[in-house]
Amino acid sequence: MHTLSVLVENVPGVLARVSGLFSRRGFNIESLAVGPTENPEVSRMTIVVAVEEQPLEQVTKQLNKLVNVIKIVELDPASSVQRDLLLVKVRADATVRSQVLETVEMFRAKVVDVSPEAVTVEATGTHDKLNALMRMLEPYGVRELVKSGMVALGRGARSITANSTR
Amino acid sequence: MTSATSRSESGSAGDTGATDASEASRKSAQPNGPRPKPTPPAGTPVRVTGAQSLVRALEAVGSEVVFGIPGGTILPAYDPLLDSTKVRHVLVRHEQAAGHAATGYAQATGKVGVCMATSGPGATNLVTPLADANMDSVPLVAITGQQTRALIGTDAFQEADICGITMPITKHNFLVTDPADIPRVIAEAFHLASTGRPGPVLVDIPKDVLQENTSFAWPPEMTLPGYRPTLRPHGKQVREAARLISQSRRPVLYVGGGVLKAEASEELAELAELTGIPVATTLMARGAFPDSHDHHVGMPGMHGTVSAVAAMQRADLLLALGARFDDRVTGRLDSFAPEATVVHADIDPAEISKNRKADVPIVGDCKEILRELIEAVKFEHDRGDRPDLTAWWTQINSWRDTFPAGYEWPDDGALAPQYVIERIGALAGPDAYYTAGVGQHQMWAAQFIKYDHPRSWINSGGLGTMGFAVPAAMGAQFGHPESQVWAIDGDGCFQMTNQELATCALEGAPIKVAVINNGNLGMVRQWQNLFYAERYSNTDLGTHKHRIPDFALLAESLGCAGLRCETADEVDDVIKQAMAIDDRPVVIDFVVGKDAQVWPMVGPGASNDEVMAARGIRPLFDDDDVADGPASGGIVADRAVTDVRGEQ
Repeated sequence: MHTLSVLVENVPGVLARVSGLFSRRGFNIESLAVGPTENPEVSRMTIVVAVEEQPLEQVTKQLNKLVNVIKIVELDPASSVQRDLLLVKVRADATVRSQVLETVEMFRAKVVDVSPEAVTVEATGTHDKLNALMRMLEPYGVRELVKSGMVALGRGARSITANSTR
Repeated sequence: MTSATSRSESGSAGDTGATDASEASRKSAQPNGPRPKPTPPAGTPVRVTGAQSLVRALEAVGSEVVFGIPGGTILPAYDPLLDSTKVRHVLVRHEQAAGHAATGYAQATGKVGVCMATSGPGATNLVTPLADANMDSVPLVAITGQQTRALIGTDAFQEADICGITMPITKHNFLVTDPADIPRVIAEAFHLASTGRPGPVLVDIPKDVLQENTSFAWPPEMTLPGYRPTLRPHGKQVREAARLISQSRRPVLYVGGGVLKAEASEELAELAELTGIPVATTLMARGAFPDSHDHHVGMPGMHGTVSAVAAMQRADLLLALGARFDDRVTGRLDSFAPEATVVHADIDPAEISKNRKADVPIVGDCKEILRELIEAVKFEHDRGDRPDLTAWWTQINSWRDTFPAGYEWPDDGALAPQYVIERIGALAGPDAYYTAGVGQHQMWAAQFIKYDHPRSWINSGGLGTMGFAVPAAMGAQFGHPESQVWAIDGDGCFQMTNQELATCALEGAPIKVAVINNGNLGMVRQWQNLFYAERYSNTDLGTHKHRIPDFALLAESLGCAGLRCETADEVDDVIKQAMAIDDRPVVIDFVVGKDAQVWPMVGPGASNDEVMAARGIRPLFDDDDVADGPASGGIVADRAVTDVRGEQ
C-alpha cells in the first residue's frame, strides 16, 4: 500500500482526469479522499494504491503529466499521520447499550446519535484501529456503516502545499 | 544537413514560389467582407464577441490554416473567420480528415495544426485523429462547438461530452464556460500542444459563449501551475552517458520521433560522426538521420532491416533518443537487446523505464541533450577514451551485405508493389514529402523510399490509422505549397478517406496519390497467410476482381487526374506523368500482385532474435561476443526454418 498526496488545481473535471488515469492504466485505487486546502485554488487528494514500487513510479509519472496536477508526494506511514473517519449504526437496545458504550469509550470514539434500538458511533483513526473497533461492534449487529477515504499529513513543520502554485 | 535546414526555413506557407497551391491560398485569403479592424497594441482590451475573440486569438498565435467543417454550435465562430485575412479555413468533407490534415500540416512543418468541428457528431469524428496525434505526439489544437451552457447535460441535439470522451486521448482539454477565458485558453492550448512532449489539445466552446460579448486582450496571462516540462538535462547523467559511450564496444543509437520533434537532426548527425556509432531510425523517426549516411543501419522493429534489428539485439549499449521502446520495436520485451546497457533520453519522464528499465535516465529536450552529450563525449575523447568500433562495424556490414533490404518479383508476373514504391522514391527524390496509410504499403514506403530530410516521412505510427495518407498529404501540401507531396496509399486505406480529393482539387492542393492496389487488405491477408492457415476471411476488397471502384474514374469524378499502371515497364512513365501535373491532384491506380509480403519480419510476440530476413530465411546469431569474433561470424542463412512463429 502506498499513500499519495496529490495537489491539484481546483477546476471542474480534475477528479475524472485522475480517476480515469488510474483505471485506463490498470491501477486500482484502494481509497480516495478529496477536499479543499488552505488555498482555494488548490484541492488535495489522498490516494491509497496497492502497487509495487516499479508500477508506483509509473503511476506517479503519469499523474504528474496531467496538466491540472500540481504536485505529488508519497507519504510514508511512519512519518505521517493517516486517518479514516467511520460512522457506524449499531443495534443497541437497553440490554446491551452500556456494553456498546463501554467499547466506544475504549476506542475514544463518540456516540453521535441514539435511538431506543440503535446508536450511531463516530470514530477516527488508522485503518487498523477502525478494523479493531468494528470487530468489537459487529457481534451487536451493524445496521449500516460508512467510511471516508483516508486523509494524511506528513509529520513535522514542513508543508507540501507551500509554494505549490506559481 | 544544410539542405535540410534551408528546406525547413523555406517551409512556411506561401512565402516562396508561385505554385498553384500558394496562388490559391492567396486568392482565397482575400477578404470577402469588410476588413477587420487591425489588432490594437498588446494588452489593450477591445470589445468583441466570443467568436471574434476566438478568431483574433488564432491570428495572434500565428495560425495560418484551419481545417474544418461548420455546423450548428460552431456557426458563430465561422462568421468572423470569413473576414480573417490571416487564418485560412479549408473546408474538408469529413471531420476525421480535418484532424489528419492538421496532423499532416504539423508533422511537415513543426507548427501546431488546427482543426475545427461542430458539437456532437462533428466532435466525435475528431476522436480518431486526436487519438492518432496523441500516440504520435503531434502538436494539434482541435476547436469544437458545444451546446449552449444551459443545455449541457440534458442530451440536447448534437450534444456530446467531447471533453469526457477525449480525456484519455488528448494531452489536455478545456471546456470554456466564460467568453473572457477564450484568449487565455487558446494561448494555453497552443502552448501545451507545442511544448514539452507535444500532443493534441481540444478546446470545447459552447455556442452562447461564442455569441456573448466580451473583451479581447493579447497576450493573456497563462495559468498552468502544474505544467513545467523539463528541457535541460541533468549534467551528471549526460556525463555518465558519455562515459558509457567511451567504454562501449557495440553501441547503437536508437532514434525515435522525439529527435524530429526537437529539431535535433543536425546534433544527431554530429554525435554519430563524432563517435562513429551506428544509427537506427524507428518508423516515427525515418528522415531524422539521412538514409544516405553510411552510419545509418536502417529501421528497427517488426519489419525493420536485419542489420538494425541484429545490431540492437547484440548491442552492449543502447542510446535511446526520443524513442519509447514500443512493442513493435522491441518484440518480446524480455529478450530485447539482452546485453545492452540502456541510456534513455526523453522529454517525457513517464516514458523512461516504462517498458525497459533505463540504466541511465536523461529527461530533457533531445536537442539540449545531444548538445551536452557531444561536449561530454569530446571531453572523454580528449582524455584518450575513444573506443575502437572497427570489429562492430565489420559485423554490422556483414549483416548489411548478407541481408540487404530487398524483395522478389511475384511468380505470376504481377507488378511488385515494392518496385512501384521504390521507383516513386527514386523519381520524386528526397525533397518530396511522403505520407502513408497503414499496412503493407506503409512498411514498404518506410523500407524502400530513401529519406534524407527531417519531416519528409509522415505516417500513423502508434495508432496505426488506416485512411491517414490522403488527408495527411493534403495537410502537408498546405504546409509546403511549393513541394511535391506523395501519398502512398493502399486500396483499403484509400477507400476510407478519398473523399478529401475533392477538397484537394477545389482548394488547390495538387497531391499525388499512389494507390498500391493489391485488391486486398494486404497486411491482414499476410497474417492470414502466415498465421491463419491461408484462410482469407474478409480481406478481398474486389478492387481487382470487379474493379469496384475504378480508382482512375473515381479520381476523375473528384476533380483529379486518374492514371493506371499494371506493368513494370509503365511504372516510370506513369510516375513522371503524375509529376508533370501540378494543376490538380493525381491518383495512380498501381495494380499490383496480391501475394507480395512484407519482410523482414519478427513474428508477433516473438523475440527479435527470431527475425526472419525473408520467408524461410532466418539469420542465426551465435552467442560469442561479436566484437571479439571473426568479421563475418555469427550469420547463417538457415533455409530449413519455414515457420514464423508467434501468438496474437
